[in-house]
Amino acid sequence: MKVLVAVKRVIDYNVKVRVKPDNTGVDLANVKMAMNPFCEIAVEEAVRLKEKGVATEIVVVSIGPKAAQEQIRTALALGADRGIHIETDEEVQSLQAAKLLKAVVDKEEPKLVILGKQSIDTDNNQTGQMLAALAGMPQGTFASEVVVDGDKVNVTREVDGGLVTVQLNLPAVVTTDLRLNEPRYASLPNIMKAKKKPLDTQSPADLGVDLTPRLTTLKVEAPQTRKAGIKVGSVEELVDKLKNEAKVI
Amino acid sequence: MSEILVNRRDLAFQLFEVLETEKLTERTRFAEHSRETFEAVIETSDKMARDLFASHNALADKDEPRFVDGKVQMIPDVKRAFDAYAAAGFIAGSYDYELGGMQLPESVMAACNGFFTAANPGTAGYAFLTKAAANLIRVFGSEAQCRKYLEPMLTGHYAGTMAMTEPHAGSSLADIRTSATPTDQGHYLIKGAKIYISGGEQEITDNIVHLVLAKIKGAPAGVKGISLFIVPKYLTDDEGNKLGRNGVALAGLIHKMGYRGTTSTALSFGDDADCHGYLVGEPHQGLKYMFQMMNEARVGVGFGAAMIGYRGYMHSLEYARERLQGRHPSSKDPETPPLAIIEHADVRRMLLAQKSYVEGATALCLYGARLVDDSNTHPDETIRRESGLLLDLMTPVIKAWPSEYGPKANDLAIQVYGGAGYTREYPVEQCFRDNRLNPIHEGTNGIQALDLLGRKVWQADGAGIQALIRRMQVDLEAASDKRCQQWAYSLSETVQKAVKVTQTLGSALMKQGADRALANASCYLHLVGHICVAWMWLRQANVATKALQTAGSEEERHFYNGKLQAAQYFFHWELPTVAQDIVLLTNMDDTCLEMSTDWF
Ligand SMILES: Cc1cc2nc3c(=O)[nH]c(=O)nc-3n(C[C@H](O)[C@H](O)[C@H](O)COP(=O)(O)OP(=O)(O)OC[C@H]3O[C@@H](n4cnc5c(N)ncnc54)[C@H](O)[C@@H]3O)c2cc1C
Ligand SMILES: Cc1cc2nc3c(=O)[nH]c(=O)nc-3n(C[C@H](O)[C@H](O)[C@H](O)COP(=O)(O)OP(=O)(O)OC[C@H]3O[C@@H](n4cnc5c(N)ncnc54)[C@H](O)[C@@H]3O)c2cc1C
Repeated sequence: MKVLVAVKRVIDYNVKVRVKPDNTGVDLANVKMAMNPFCEIAVEEAVRLKEKGVATEIVVVSIGPKAAQEQIRTALALGADRGIHIETDEEVQSLQAAKLLKAVVDKEEPKLVILGKQSIDTDNNQTGQMLAALAGMPQGTFASEVVVDGDKVNVTREVDGGLVTVQLNLPAVVTTDLRLNEPRYASLPNIMKAKKKPLDTQSPADLGVDLTPRLTTLKVEAPQTRKAGIKVGSVEELVDKLKNEAKVI
Repeated sequence: MSEILVNRRDLAFQLFEVLETEKLTERTRFAEHSRETFEAVIETSDKMARDLFASHNALADKDEPRFVDGKVQMIPDVKRAFDAYAAAGFIAGSYDYELGGMQLPESVMAACNGFFTAANPGTAGYAFLTKAAANLIRVFGSEAQCRKYLEPMLTGHYAGTMAMTEPHAGSSLADIRTSATPTDQGHYLIKGAKIYISGGEQEITDNIVHLVLAKIKGAPAGVKGISLFIVPKYLTDDEGNKLGRNGVALAGLIHKMGYRGTTSTALSFGDDADCHGYLVGEPHQGLKYMFQMMNEARVGVGFGAAMIGYRGYMHSLEYARERLQGRHPSSKDPETPPLAIIEHADVRRMLLAQKSYVEGATALCLYGARLVDDSNTHPDETIRRESGLLLDLMTPVIKAWPSEYGPKANDLAIQVYGGAGYTREYPVEQCFRDNRLNPIHEGTNGIQALDLLGRKVWQADGAGIQALIRRMQVDLEAASDKRCQQWAYSLSETVQKAVKVTQTLGSALMKQGADRALANASCYLHLVGHICVAWMWLRQANVATKALQTAGSEEERHFYNGKLQAAQYFFHWELPTVAQDIVLLTNMDDTCLEMSTDWF
């Protein structure tokens, strides 16, 4: 079974994000970048499927600037078999990413596509769902457990009230939640092996996808710094403050 | 608090722009590498260090290992981190592919290990000791010893220790008393006591391989009679099955100021049961073997000190950007909002001092690691030899300078934090306590000073010093703009004075004897240390000046301007402090030497 995993290059989660002075976006110059943590979980899940003998080939795809090849190489070092880099310096929004991935799915015909549920830079939580819709595949989002069973996959999903398990016909789209697994680290020998694994580069034009954004960013602002809390003397005072100052009840 | 412990941009600058590490891939040994593979291991190190090591740094300090029923108890996070480090292949990282290694250059390995030390020196200690012990077995052990001990060490199933120090013999290893009696079964019986042995007991690994210095019965006195032995915690057969405990026992744990995650042990050998030891290499060569591996170990200590210093700098920099306090001296209006303390010139002084120490020390240690690479793999035989000479000469400096200035940087980090820095709610006091070990172990800095002035400077008829001056000359001449040229000028002036001082001390050694000539060796170490670090700053400044002309973004210009300002700090504020060393050394000041012990 072939598994396709999408990975995204994003700002490292340890970096303190700074908004550009002109409020057009986030300052990315010289900022440490890394693989989106949810995508790491997606790669890990695919590698585990391969170790169990369920998956036979793992193809990893990333959309982004040349430097995104670093993240593909990382995925290859973690156990993926080959990479596809769709190179572009343009901004890629969820819908365009989904269209590009759909084009790759058409070509590669994977049985399972695993994506992170969202990327920590834009937090959209859309690409997997859009891809499923475009490709006409069933989707199991926010997965905390994935069990392939013949030509079906059981996906346990984290929802507000608890867990829901859905059964999907393959091919299917799965998006990962935080508790699905704990990703491994690339070992030194595997980093060397990754160097020799094939990595194919394509352009959005090759795949016939127009990247024109559908959304316009009006303004980017840093979140308000949290104000220090206060201590209240009694329940009455709390209720009073909630009612009259915060006006939330 | 963000968990950025070492500035990756700076590391990339030092490794790839200043040292041109990528060029190493032209050498056969590194031919399969590229900048990408180097970056990928650095990335893995950075990530693992933050996720698995930094995460329990404070906890391992607070909840230090305990001695319970003859065993050591410690938090489970330590084992988890050690196992992951080993499983990723870091212990064998620089080894041949055939040994499961990655044939990484020492300079890249050093950079990788830097992240682990910065994140958690106590836990990283187990891994580094294992690597150091494994190195000795690889080079001097027999094939059978390599199979039996080296292989499981490289995979982290066994850990290693260095058991040299005894209660009465620390700096002076010549005086050790641990004895080794030959038997007719091939092994020796070891008897004695060791102290301060790091990692001497733990429950992380299946077995512990102690490398023990001992004297074979009837051996010559002093250093010429010391042999090296493998003493495993558990005896094993050739397949690695445990045959039972060997007679090496934990006598007690030592409670320390810092580095608390690493157990410090007192060990007894052959007290309650026979303790088997297996000779490594030839008899009486033990200390020589140790010393052959010492350069790398000492570069490692220096780099560790630089990295703990670096971490404190990063923390205090972040704090200084956020802490609001006070106004400019010129501000008269109390209604104005307070400033971030980084706005105060005095706080910037403390940050710049840290930057100049830790980035200067990092440059020095990476240069040292590169010398290890060059002495092993440079295609040109003369450069291989020269690099070896230079490494021998510079090792005491590379060990001592960062281990003196790393803690100094941590002290300043505490000061930047103000009251908060003195509390255990913030990480910088632990950095200071951890780093304070580095001037003491692997040869105290006092011993390093004696080694430099008493031995290294005169080795090979001063060829090391000559090579050092030649190499500095290249960078002095490369200074292209006015600012760099000015710095080059002050460096070259200082070097000339240092050469004179060296000649003075050389003739004093012959005419007045070593006791007098070496009395102020620590001033000499400081002088040479500051010269070497000034040189490192000039090298960085030369590269930054050039890069600034083509820097594409504002961020990049900030980075290079920061380098130049830190270089200026070192040349204006630090290099001039050697004037005092020069005076004391030139005059052969005898204040300390002539101070009678009765006068204290
Ligand atoms: C945390 C920690 C971990 C350690 N880990 C290990 C380990 O794993 N294995 C191991 O074998 N050892 C280890 N050591 C021991 C360490 O190497 C010694 O502490 C060090 O060599 C100094 O020896 P000492 O403590 O006996 O001090 P001493 O030798 O008693 O020195 C005391 C002072 O006298 C000075 N001094 C001594 N001799 C001279 C001289 N001839 N001329 C001028 N000054 C002199 C020293 O510079 C120092 O300032 C460790 C120590 C510590 C604290
Ligand atoms: C153990 C301990 C006991 C203490 N006991 C008491 C006590 O009993 N009573 C009490 O009232 N307080 C006490 N303190 C508080 C102590 O006096 C303060 O910590 C100290 O005055 C520094 O203030 P701060 O911690 O807010 O640091 P900050 O004022 O935030 O200073 C941080 C750094 O910024 C620098 N800085 C700040 N303003 C300027 C400026 N305008 N120009 C240049 N540099 C500046 C400082 O020099 C420092 O390096 C205690 C603190 C400690 C740690």
